[in-house]
This record gives sequence, structure tokens and C-alpha cells, in this order.
Amino acid sequence: MNTTGQPRTHIGRLFLSLLLPLLLCVCTTAYAQNEEALAEQARAIAQASLMKRDDAIDALTQVAHPRVPVILSALLEGNLYSDDEDENRILIERADGSLENALTGESLGTDIDTKRIPVTTRMRTQIRNILARLNLDSENTQTRYEAVQRMIKEGIDENNVELLKARGEVEDARLVNETIESALALYDLQSDNERVRLSAIKSLRGSLVGETRNELRRLRDYDPVPAVQEAAAEALESIQTKLEFYKLVESIFFGLSLGSVLLLAAIGLAITFGVMGVINMAHGELMMIGAYTTWVIQQLFPDQIAWSLAMAVPAAFLVSGLVGIAIERGVIRFLYGRPLETLLATFGLSLILQQAARTIFSPLNRSVELPVWMSGSLQLNPALSLTLNRLYILAFGLIVFFLLMAILKRTSLGLKVRAVSQNRSMARAVGVRASWVDAMTFGLGSGIAGVAGVALSQLTNVGPNLGQAYIIDSFMVVVFGGVGNLWGTLVGAMGLGVINKFMEPWAGAVLAKVLVLVMLILFIQKRPKGLFPQKGRAAE
Amino acid sequence: MLTQRLLLSDRGGMIVLGLIVLMAIVVPVCNLLVPSDSAFHVSTYTVTLLGKFLCFALLALSVDLIWGYAGILSLGHGAFFALGGYAMGMYLMRQIGDRGEYGHPVLPDFMVFLNWDSLPWYWQGFDMFWFAALMVLLVPGLLALVFGWLAFRSRVTGVYFAIITQALTYALMLAFFRNEMGFGGNNGLTDFKDILGFSITAKGTRISLFVASALMLILGYLACRYIVTSRMGRVIVSIRDAESRTRFCGYKVESYKLWLFVFSSMLAGIAGALYVPQVGIINPGEFSPLNSIEFVVWVAAGGRGTLFGAIVGAFSVNYAKTLFTTWSPESWLFVLGALFVIVTLILPQGLVGLFDKLKREKKTESDNSEESTESKEAL
Amino acid sequence: MNLIKQAHQFSQRALPVRDPNFGKPLDTSHGPILYVEGVTVSFDGFKALNNLNLYVDDGELRCIIGPNGAGKTTMMDVITGKTRPDEGSVYFGQQIDLLGLSEHQIARGGIGRKFQKPTIFEHLSVYENLELATSADKRVWFTLTRSLSGEQKDRIGSVVEQIGLKPELYRPAGLLSHGQKQWLEIGMLLMQSPRVLLVDEPVAGMTGEETERTAELLTSLAGKHSVIVVEHDMAFVRSIARQVTVLHQGSVLAEGTMDQVQNNPKVIEVYLGE
Repeated sequence: MNTTGQPRTHIGRLFLSLLLPLLLCVCTTAYAQNEEALAEQARAIAQASLMKRDDAIDALTQVAHPRVPVILSALLEGNLYSDDEDENRILIERADGSLENALTGESLGTDIDTKRIPVTTRMRTQIRNILARLNLDSENTQTRYEAVQRMIKEGIDENNVELLKARGEVEDARLVNETIESALALYDLQSDNERVRLSAIKSLRGSLVGETRNELRRLRDYDPVPAVQEAAAEALESIQTKLEFYKLVESIFFGLSLGSVLLLAAIGLAITFGVMGVINMAHGELMMIGAYTTWVIQQLFPDQIAWSLAMAVPAAFLVSGLVGIAIERGVIRFLYGRPLETLLATFGLSLILQQAARTIFSPLNRSVELPVWMSGSLQLNPALSLTLNRLYILAFGLIVFFLLMAILKRTSLGLKVRAVSQNRSMARAVGVRASWVDAMTFGLGSGIAGVAGVALSQLTNVGPNLGQAYIIDSFMVVVFGGVGNLWGTLVGAMGLGVINKFMEPWAGAVLAKVLVLVMLILFIQKRPKGLFPQKGRAAE
Repeated sequence: MLTQRLLLSDRGGMIVLGLIVLMAIVVPVCNLLVPSDSAFHVSTYTVTLLGKFLCFALLALSVDLIWGYAGILSLGHGAFFALGGYAMGMYLMRQIGDRGEYGHPVLPDFMVFLNWDSLPWYWQGFDMFWFAALMVLLVPGLLALVFGWLAFRSRVTGVYFAIITQALTYALMLAFFRNEMGFGGNNGLTDFKDILGFSITAKGTRISLFVASALMLILGYLACRYIVTSRMGRVIVSIRDAESRTRFCGYKVESYKLWLFVFSSMLAGIAGALYVPQVGIINPGEFSPLNSIEFVVWVAAGGRGTLFGAIVGAFSVNYAKTLFTTWSPESWLFVLGALFVIVTLILPQGLVGLFDKLKREKKTESDNSEESTESKEAL
Repeated sequence: MNLIKQAHQFSQRALPVRDPNFGKPLDTSHGPILYVEGVTVSFDGFKALNNLNLYVDDGELRCIIGPNGAGKTTMMDVITGKTRPDEGSVYFGQQIDLLGLSEHQIARGGIGRKFQKPTIFEHLSVYENLELATSADKRVWFTLTRSLSGEQKDRIGSVVEQIGLKPELYRPAGLLSHGQKQWLEIGMLLMQSPRVLLVDEPVAGMTGEETERTAELLTSLAGKHSVIVVEHDMAFVRSIARQVTVLHQGSVLAEGTMDQVQNNPKVIEVYLGE
């Protein structure tokens, strides 16, 4: 079953894994040439007289090297030192008091006699401007965005207005551009000329930068010119509408994110419950196994956090899938056609698996590290940022869903699964090995539970009770969507996720959950067979 | 005639009931009259433990009635048990009066702690025992009525019903964990002092509660017997075996299920109400889905579809639990888990079925018309 | 007990039983006892019944034949309230609209049904099976507190003789032979004293002798009851049928005596192919 599901993702990862070292390689050669220049200019700063030091700083700024901003901010904070014994060695004091080599960042401990490199107020202003410019010119959009935001927070003055204007000319990222515009308009708000203020308000109408509203409120309440007051009030209102809209978008995103987790948890169930008619109460524990697999892999390869997920997904699929097959062969196959008994037996298994996890991994929660590429967030505008891990899991959930659809629709295993689920004895009569298909289907469902566990480990801590928290919800999804229909599961999961998140603000998380359960019970009144029921003979 | 129907035709049941009566007499005697250094002395701890088991047996009976006879698997009976328990707990809370930590004349401690200044409306009346006793029946009964009406009306059956009842008890657990609900949140209701004016920790009260539990169990058993031996009992079994056929015979299946479910929930509520004063606490943990599913396994282990099997199961599984948890608490979940698997795979008729099978193997040659006790009692 | 009684009374108020005027004699003054008109049932686009029209007279014995998937079982499901049609109407006598009623109401009203697969209650004895089917008050409270009257017990006795299961009266029904189970089910139908009997494949899996006895039983029932038989076994149909309806693709293909139907070119085409 693994061969049908995984190769495509494998190839993608393989491609990436070849590409990344190559990129790293190219970058290192470029930096190597600058290494010497950096060392030279850094020495120059340490050794130059106070008078000449600003020239030295300018010279250092010309060097294209990632350590330049680090050295400059250390100088700004008064954390830059030279070694007493070796004047050529420049050191930086870290927040914890230890020292590092300013050129390489290599840690040097604390046992070194040092001399602080002094800075004057004039140099500080100079460095601040340089740093702001450096950040403004950074290649990373997020850094540029944050630089502008910092300027707005610290207050815009003549110095940075020029910088911002210059950057605004060349900036092509929409987010940064809009923020710069807001920043310039905020500066204009302080103007004595009411025309300038009015036009600034006009351009701030759509601005979502946090400070804008405070400034506009100030103008609305205290500006001497009534027209300005009016315009400010109007702009505030339009901003408010916009903010509400983005809040809605954010709720939907959180809802979809919860939905994607539910989807991952529920599609495995949808297969075992919907296609095979088997209630697997140990499904949550198969997710738990997947999550623990991720943790174990990170323990085994602590240096490869970035790649741990790439390894964890197939590994968790295999481990959970194999456990699932063992469950099917050992217990469930004796209970076909007796769903209530299956429910009880698998519940017993879930207890055993939970307790086993407690015995093996301790009852305490383990935390799985988030790879760098999954942490952080996608800033769409000042009011809306989407966390990357949720975004990835949403995408991942959908990929798994469509892969599974493809497996069921396109592969011979899928055909056999559908055949067995519709008419067991007939399928057997035409030569399908029903028991093999059962084991494989169950393994597939369980494997997907394991994969869901990998995704969950990126959102919460890994512990023996991880699965329990989701099992009832995911059963609800399957019931809501209609048994035996994967599309129903998709709509059900996303629907329940979004409803949950929409109710949370006014009902609280717990009450929202209770209300959703009540709504579901009432929903079943109207549609006892779910959103997408099966009809006709297949329904019996 | 009625004795014949309820008791004489039910040998296993008579044995089990006899043992309970014997226990209800011997245990108090051995606790109160036998000196504590004697080998025959039964400690008050043991009395309370057995009293707990009796409550569990009553609860198991209620589960067996709907699962064993009507084939409705409820994974939410813990909710009815806990609601009965909370109703009793509220009475016991009100009995504390001004003896709480904060010494407020009316408000329970946790409400004072939450800065509430008056008793919420749903706490009114619980200072009267009769009212609390009525609520022990009504609250679970009403919940079962509403929930069952919704579920059975839309023909939610089998695993769907099981899962939805599990969701029900889960939702209630979440709700009762909230302080705002006014049921003591996390800690639940505890630190009880009196019941009906008697100190709850006194030996005499313990014994009385124990005997009351035994009596309720016997009464509950007879009531269940009355139901399953009536024409209604046969309708219920036929619903279990062929629901849609029963409909075409002209029975309104939903009503049968509903009233049986309501009755069963009330039994569970009574069990909870007797349980709480004996253990001295009720908290939202009783709503946990794990609890409810454990009740089911008692019944399965004892032998579902025979009422006395449920009692046997409740006693034996809980005895095993006591043994294992004192020996090594971690091992209990392994044992319980294994029990689920073993009972469903190897012992579908539970201990009673196993016993019957052994008995039958012993005397196969003598009587070939011997069927299960079930079919015998049907004659 | 008093509490239960109150609760029960409450239920009677809260959950009104919408029993139609079954107490009144059924109005069959125009002849037919069962009107099935323009009924269409579709499952995911597939039309199991397609504008089906069927009229059955009071006391008639009607056979319904048709190839697999012709909609025979679906038609029974519609009449007995198991399936709701998308379109059309089903009337019992002149006045009772069956589409608004649930299965148990239709059964109580006088339409009995025997399933394709014999479905009897295997854990109960033959007597108890018949007891369950007896037309007595079938509400919860009455089944809990009352036993059957002497008259009703006598009726069980006479039916059990009619279906020839007297020696088996106290045996669990699960131990009966296949043919005996079929008869028991017919017996249960009779206990309901229905006006209309729907019988789905009564002789499937029966020996020749059993089939003959079943044919006798069914023909003896006609007249007092209307009997609708769905059957594949042509010889059997020929032996009992007066009026035959052929279903094909969810609607009536032909109707008439067995001879008329057998010589109908459309029927021949459906059954024998080109």
C-alpha cells in the first residue's frame, strides 16, 4: 500500500534535497571573497581614532556580508570589544555574557580580557540609519516589513522619511510598499498644513497599520480643523470595516486549519468505518503512534530537524499501518458483521496502546521541534498573518485527501476495496482475496492515521492522550459528512472546523464544542444519514 | 403467579439474588457485632467498597437492560449515573449549611470562592431530600427522554447511537468542568457532612447506605425481570433481533426503545445517587467516556442478555480492578484493555455463558433439549 | 409505578399517535382496496419505480412478476411505508393516505408484509412469534402490563393449526426448517388480521410438496383478504394466479390473466430477449 501512496511525495523531497545543498554551495563561494574585506574593515573600526571611526563604519557598510548588521548592532548597543592580547580579534558580547568571534559567530566562552570599543551619540545615529537602511534594503521581504513597522513604532522623523521615500521608489513587494505609504502618511499627519493632513488621512483610509488608528483617533478628537476631524472619523470607520473583514478571513483560516486536522484524523476513519464498516476506536491511538514516531525520529537525528518531517511521514505511515494490519489480523477479522463488538474490542486495544505509550515514553508530554521552514508566519497585511505550520498542515491535509481519493478511484487496490465493501461474497467469487483487501484497507486507514499524527505533532505536544482528544470529533465528522463518502468527510471536517471557530469568540472554546455537538445531534434529525447519504440497495 | 414469573423460572437470578440478600445480612452483622480483632470482622472500608459494587451492579443492570435485551449500545450511561450522583451531591452540599470553610449559611464553598452572592435557581429545593430524590429520577430521565426521542425518532441505531451517546457524555463532561456551570467545576461536589441528619462518616450511616444499595439492587432487578418477562420484553427482544420486522408487525419501535431507555437511565441515576454518599465525592470525571464504556464491559464480561449476568460482571470486574490497582496501578489498563478484547473474541456470552457451557458439557448425554437459560425461561 | 404511569400519560400528550380512522370500516365501495398512482422512486438518479400505477381489488389474489430490478421490492417498500416516493400517491381504500403514515401505523391499519428472506424472531418460540404478531393493543404500556386475552390465545391456536406448526409450538423459531419458517411468517401475517397481505417470494427454497401446500394456503386466504404475491417461480404463479401484473423498469408492462400475459409480445421480449 505504501508503494501506491507515497512515491510522488518522495520524488518531490528527493528533488529538494538535491537542490538545497547546491544553493548553499553557490552562496558560500560568494561570501568567501567578502570574508577578507570584512575582517579588514572590522579591524579598521577597532583601531581607528574616534574621529575616523565614522568613515570606518561607512567602509564596513560597503562590505556585502551577513555579519555586517550583527557587528553594527553590537557596536550600537556597546557590545563590541577587541581582544586585549590580540588587537586584531574583534569580539561580541552575547546577551548571556559569553563572547563570540565577531567575524564568524564562533563561541569563545568568557575567559578573555577585552576592551570595549566606544561609540559616540553621533555614531549611534549614523549606525541606526545604516541599520535601518540595511534592513530596508534586505532581500527578505519580512525583514523589510519589520524594519518599516519598527520605524513606525519608534516614530517617524525627517531622517527616516528620506530613507522610506527612497525605498518606496524601488520597493516592489505590495505589503512593504503599503506600509511605507502608511508610514509617510503618518508623518504627514503631524504637519501644520491642514491640506497635507487631509490628504494624508485620505491615503490612510485603507491602512491597517496598528498606529494609524491611534493617530486618527487623536485627530478626530483634537484636531483644530473640523474638516480634518470629519475626515479622520470617516477614515476610522472604513478601517474598522476592513479590519472586521480580515478578522473574518482569519476566523475562516483558523476554522479551515482546525478542519484540516479533523480531516486528517477523519479520513482514516472514513475508510475503516465508511468503506469497511469497521468502527475503530483505536484510531486515535494510531495517530498517537504516528506522533511518537515523529518524536523518535527527531531524537535519532537531532541535527536533521529540517528533514525530520520528510522522514517521519513515510515512517509514521508504515509504523501505524503495520500496527493497524496487526489489529485487523489479530482481532477485527473475527468480528466482521458485529460492529458493536468491534467497537468494544478496539476500545480495549486503545487502552492497551495508551498504557503502552505511558510505560515506554512516560506519561509526560513530549514536545516535537518545529523545523525552521514551518515556523513563522505569512504576513499578508498588517492585520492578517497566517502561521506557516497551520498553512502547511492545511495543504498537507488536502494533499493526503486527494491522494487517497486517487488511490480509491484509480488503483486496483481501490477497485478491490470498493468491490469488497459493496458485495463481499460477489467480490470473492470473482477472485478478489477479500481478507487481503481487508488487511490492506485497514492498513491504509491506519497509516493515514499515523500521517495525521505527524501533522498533529507540529501543533500540539505529543502524549499518550493525544489520540483521545480527537477521536470523538473525528467520528462526528464522519457521521456529519455521511458514511462511505469521502467528499462528505471533507465538507464535514471543514464545516465543523469553521463552525467551531466562529462560535468560539462569543461562546468560549468549551461551550462552542458542546454547542457543536448539540447542533450535530439536531442535524441528524434532519439528515440521519449525513450530508451525503448513500441510497438504494447499498444503503441497507 | 408473579413470583413464578419473576423468580422461580430464573435459577441463576435466584442464586445471585440470594447471595445479595445474604450479603446484606451478613456484612452488617460482621461489621457491627463481630469484634474488630476477630477473623470474621468486616471493616467499614470493606463495607463501603461492597456498597460501591452494589451501586455498580445496579448500573450494570441498567446497561444490560438496553444493550443485552434491546440491542441498544449506550456509551453514555455514565452521564445518567453522574447526573443522579450530582442531584444527590447537591442535596448533600446543601446539608453542609454553615459548616463549610467559609461558613456561609446557604452558599456552598465553591460559590463563595467564585464570589457568587446568591444560589442559582437550579440549586433551589435541593435542601429537601424528597426533592433531591425526585430529581435523581427526573433529571436523567428527562435527558434520556429528550435525547432518546431525538435519536430514536430519526432511527439512529447501532454504532451511530453508541457514538452519539459517547459524544453526549463527553459534552456534559466538558460542560461540568466549567466553573460557570455552578457545579463546582473541576473539583465537583465534596466534603459532605450529613445525610438525612446522620453523619455521613458514621459507621451506622455507612451500613445503612450499604443495605439501601442492596435493597435498591434487588428492587431494580425485580423491576427489570418484570419488564423482560412481560409481552413488552418479547417485543424488545424482537426489536433487537429484527427491528424492521417488528415495525411491520405494528409496533412503534421508537416508543419501546424510548421508554426502555428512560427507565434504564433512571436506574443508572439511582445507582449514582447511592454511590455518591458512599464515596463522598462527585466530579466531572464521572462523565468521562472511558467510564461509560467500562460499564459496558462489566455487562459483557458477566454475560449480556441475562440480568444476573450483569450483576456477576459488575462484581467480578470491579473486584479484579481493586486487586490490580492496589497491586500495580499501571497494569490495570492493560488488564482492562485485554478484557475488552477477550470478552468480545472468546467469551461473547460472558462468564454466565462460560458457566452454562461447562455445565452443558458435563451433562450433554442426559438432556439434549437443554437450551440456553434464555429459551427455557421463555417457556 | 405511579410515576411511570404519569410519565406514560405525558408521553401520550407529548407524542401524539397519529392513528388515522382505522376504527371505521375501510371504504372500498369503488372496488379497489389499494390504489398506487403515479409513484416514482429514484435512488441517485436511477429510477427504481417510474410512474407506477397499480390497483388491487378487495379480496383479490394478485401475482406480480418481473425480472430482477423491475421494482417489485421497492413497490412493497412504498406501500408499507419503508420508502417514501418522490412523486405519486398511495391510498388504502378511498380515504386513507398511506404516504403520511409510518410502518407501524400501516401495519396496525391492516397491511401485512412477508419479506423475501424469512424474517422471524429466532430467539423466540413459535408461540411467542405469533403472540407478537397478534392484533392486540401494541402500545408500550399495554404490552408491559397486560397479557393476551383468552380469545386472542385461541386465535393463536387456530392459526398454528392452519399453518401446520402445532407440534412445534414451543420450539425456538430459529430451529424450524426453511419452509416452516416461511409458514410461520405467513402465520404471523394472519395473526395481524390484515386486509391486504404483501407476500414476497413465499416459495423460494421450498420443496415441491411445501410449495404445493403454500399455494393452497394462499388461495384459501384470497377472498377474505387481498393477497399480493411477488414471485419468480412461474409454475407456482400459474398454479395460483388469476390476475398477473408484469413489472419492468419500474412501471407496469402488462396486466391480465396468466395466458394473456404470457402471449404478450412485450413480455416475451423482456423475458426472452430479442
